[in-house]
Amino acid sequence: MAKIYFSEEHEWISVEGGVGTVGITEFAQEQLGDVVFVELPEVGATIDKGDDVAVVESVKAASEVYSPVSGEVVEINEELADAPGLVNQHAEGDGWFYKVDLSDDSELDDLMTRAEYDAFVEGLE
Amino acid sequence: MRYLPLSADDRRDMLAAIGAGSVEDLFVDVPQEVRDAAVFDLPDHQGELAIERAFTRFAMQNLSPGCAPSFLGAGAYRHHIPAAVDALIQRGEFLTSYTPYQPEISQGTLQALFEFQTQVCLLTGMEVANASMYDAATGCAEAALMAARVTRRKAVLISGGVHPHYAEVIETQLGFTDIACDRLDPDPVGIEDLIGRVDQHHACVVVQTPNFFGRFADYTALAAECRAVGALLVIAVSEPVSLGALKPPGEMGADIVVVDGSSLGMPLSFGGPGVGLFATREKYVRNMPGRLVGETVDVDGHRGWVLTLSTREQHIRREKATSNICTNSGLCALAFSIHVAMLGETGYTGLAEVNHKTAVQLAKRVATVPGVKVHAAAFFNEFAVMLPKPAAEVVEALAKKGILGGVPVSRFYPSYPEMENLLLLAATETNSAEDIEALVAALTEVLR
Amino acid sequence: MNEIHVAASAPVGTVTGNRGLIVEEPLIFEQGTDTGSGVDLPEPFDVPDRLGDFRRTGPIGLPGLAEPQVVRHYTRLSQKNYSIDAGFYPLGSCTMKYNPRLNEKIARTPGLGDLHPFQPVSTAQGALAVIHTLAGWLMELTGMAGVAMSPAAGAHGELCGVMAIRAAQEAKGNPRKVILVPESAHGTNPATAALCGYSVVAIPATAEGRVDIAALKAKLNDDVAGIMLTNPNTCGLFERDVREIAELVHGAGAFFYMDGANFNAIIGRVKVADLGVDAMHINLHKTFSTPHGGGGPGAGPTVFSEALAKFAPLPFVKKSGETFELVETRAQAGADAQPFGRMKGFHGQFGVMLRALSYAMALGKDGLKQASGDAVLNANYILARLKDTLSAPFEGPCMHEALFDDGFLKDTGVTTLDMAKALIDEGYHPMTMYFPLVVHGALLIEPTETESKQTLDLFIETMQALAAKAKSGDSEFFHAAPRLTPRRRLDETLAARKPVLRWSQKAD
Repeated sequence: MAKIYFSEEHEWISVEGGVGTVGITEFAQEQLGDVVFVELPEVGATIDKGDDVAVVESVKAASEVYSPVSGEVVEINEELADAPGLVNQHAEGDGWFYKVDLSDDSELDDLMTRAEYDAFVEGLE
Repeated sequence: MRYLPLSADDRRDMLAAIGAGSVEDLFVDVPQEVRDAAVFDLPDHQGELAIERAFTRFAMQNLSPGCAPSFLGAGAYRHHIPAAVDALIQRGEFLTSYTPYQPEISQGTLQALFEFQTQVCLLTGMEVANASMYDAATGCAEAALMAARVTRRKAVLISGGVHPHYAEVIETQLGFTDIACDRLDPDPVGIEDLIGRVDQHHACVVVQTPNFFGRFADYTALAAECRAVGALLVIAVSEPVSLGALKPPGEMGADIVVVDGSSLGMPLSFGGPGVGLFATREKYVRNMPGRLVGETVDVDGHRGWVLTLSTREQHIRREKATSNICTNSGLCALAFSIHVAMLGETGYTGLAEVNHKTAVQLAKRVATVPGVKVHAAAFFNEFAVMLPKPAAEVVEALAKKGILGGVPVSRFYPSYPEMENLLLLAATETNSAEDIEALVAALTEVLR
Repeated sequence: MNEIHVAASAPVGTVTGNRGLIVEEPLIFEQGTDTGSGVDLPEPFDVPDRLGDFRRTGPIGLPGLAEPQVVRHYTRLSQKNYSIDAGFYPLGSCTMKYNPRLNEKIARTPGLGDLHPFQPVSTAQGALAVIHTLAGWLMELTGMAGVAMSPAAGAHGELCGVMAIRAAQEAKGNPRKVILVPESAHGTNPATAALCGYSVVAIPATAEGRVDIAALKAKLNDDVAGIMLTNPNTCGLFERDVREIAELVHGAGAFFYMDGANFNAIIGRVKVADLGVDAMHINLHKTFSTPHGGGGPGAGPTVFSEALAKFAPLPFVKKSGETFELVETRAQAGADAQPFGRMKGFHGQFGVMLRALSYAMALGKDGLKQASGDAVLNANYILARLKDTLSAPFEGPCMHEALFDDGFLKDTGVTTLDMAKALIDEGYHPMTMYFPLVVHGALLIEPTETESKQTLDLFIETMQALAAKAKSGDSEFFHAAPRLTPRRRLDETLAARKPVLRWSQKAD
């Protein structure tokens, strides 16, 4: 059963069997507007928590995506190359960015639950 | 003060509306002592007539290449500019507009730049081109930085055939980064071995065709070697007219092509402003520096153009931008583009032929001057000759006879005694048979 | 790759799709013939070619048009452009002043415009005299010790300045690591610092729109190589504490780069050397009236203090007796100069320098002072007359540009962008929008000194009427603007998602 966590940088990570799927949240995609390009990490790359591993671009903005966990990138969402709009349509589903084999499960403890994240976002508005 | 419309009454009324006693009061935030200390040892305003006279006096101290047989090249080539080009770029709508940030009222500039980008792709044989760089030298430096971004490598190899100014600008820029610069010695006879030197540490190899000394090489094999070791091949071209006669860099396998566009559309103007053409492969477009114009539609579905992929640029990406370039060389790109449009396919290839054959005639005639040795078998519109005495002295003596007889290589490489007698001679469509004979006669006399 | 077609329908129901003076114009690649040409060339010499195996084998693919077709094409394109010649262009931080036609005439003087960069310097003494004379004006106007004339634009001048700073720090033994940049800075500042191997640390602004001195003090240390500060700043305000800032920066062993983008506000009134500046670029295409040309060419000569002058790049002009020398190589530079390298091919933007000198001579010291005074007066007039209609985030007086935020549009459903698009229909080029980033929905208006009071009054009335219309709740009117332009709002998302960056032959 997958469990989902959220970061203060507006990433989500859904973890199942030691592999996390990472994307940006619904709130983040709304703030960005139409996504036109997503630069993803390379499969096989070793990443540390907090590294800027991806860039998501709208027409007038480019935002770094910081990895919520450490580990090795095992898969990237190839579909985003041709259809970056997926991030707008299904930010927390088909618009995922990459999958990472977690090297330290305890890092998840620093992240928020959905309820905590919703409250965090409310505090921003 | 003919450029200032406000009258004394206007100023008084406006100050009243602001609630200020004087214009000086508006500068209250500037420290008083600083304002008081600002005394300028400069003349007061002048009328048009006085200014024209002053510049005519400056001009009279120069020998204009338009008034003398001129065989100057070394990266800057004098061509005839059709009258329509200058007339069109002086239209205020082109001349006095800003960067096309508001596409609804900038479609003229945007469409022209889209056409320019297309022309650059066609001429170079590449897939995408930007809306211009300052010049070829800065374009080469940007190409080296771009190659380092693409490959994530920290070394650049520069051929000894690359124009020394391009090489120096690359070296200067890279000297402020952690990217190493391996610049080979000048290569007037074409013996350097680039294939043997490029390796998996290099982000790119920078070469030039025709090179600074007028020689060609087919870089197809070098391109293959670059691909094998994962480096990019950057090909610079200092004479775009050559692209009408020679195999285009894209066909040889270039990854980035940089061209000095100042041969077409704009006067030499002592070397600036010019324009750098910059083209690459589609897969590298997001690593490209500079502005890009792209096609789209408006809300009514009509085709139109906008600046696009702007997230690469400084005003959005700030310290992570692909370059700090902002103002580029828009009007010069337009001038280049109009000249190319005037030429068309037959005019462009025809111009290349006239240039080449004028240079062949020049080489043939100069080779008859006792003591002169022409240095290349194949060339486009420029070649090197070895003289029996220092080229700088010869050029100076020719200038006294009213002939601008080439560029001495020692001007760029003062510390290479073996090149002291080497002279670069260029010919274009502006050189007549009489020009060539005048040079031959004067050179014979000077070398006697 | 190319999915976009020319819409066949006419916007207002004409047969051609044209609307009077606004004429639809196809791409040049959609016109012409294979053999057409707008030039007649001389006959080539009757000699065999010497191209060896390097001959081009295929066609280039250029269309062939006769001269009248080319002239009409570009004339029609020109009619789709807004320009300073045609109307008010209050684009903040861009100094869109009138571009005198005398400058164009001067730049085309035979014997100046047509000089070759590598003709013997003995035959180009007049050209070197022009560069030397303009350099003299720039040094006198700024009170600075030296000037690099070769940078090609403002950002290139910034690069020159920060390169000189790094060279000077290296000469002292340590290049250091950081450049401080206020958060209100132009994007070129951080991009430039990064190109010189520095990381950027931002300094916050105070509620007054100026540098926060306490924050600056906290960030100054042995790692800081220099500060890049725009003054007057991008909020249109003069940094009152600029001399204190310079002292603090110098006290920390760092250098003070002043971004000269806004020099037009103070030219002829302030010598920046007296502010403690070590380097500043001057945009000749802003302050010295040379045309912007749809995005260049410009020029960005960079003035230097005594401490940095010897690091100025090649080439430079030296006068010895009555003769001008062009120093192009390190070997020529002499022992006292330590040029950090070369920034550009040839000798700089000579054609732009000719125009700038023509402008400087036309105005003279009295005219330049009047010009900056009128520029500041015009901006303050706009600020005074619009501050109750729009919302002004900071107290005046302002310098040569007036900054507003989008507070006046709160709850109207109209954005700064919508306002700008409505202005286009009214016949204006919009002001700079959403910059500086330190205020919300910024509108930055720079009228320049070459606008009449009558022009300003009409603009002010237009802004007042548009603001009233926005507040009246008619947001649809704004969302649909512009309506009267050759093209209406363009789909920038489509352009970025599926980039079409060149014309290609469509497969039929």
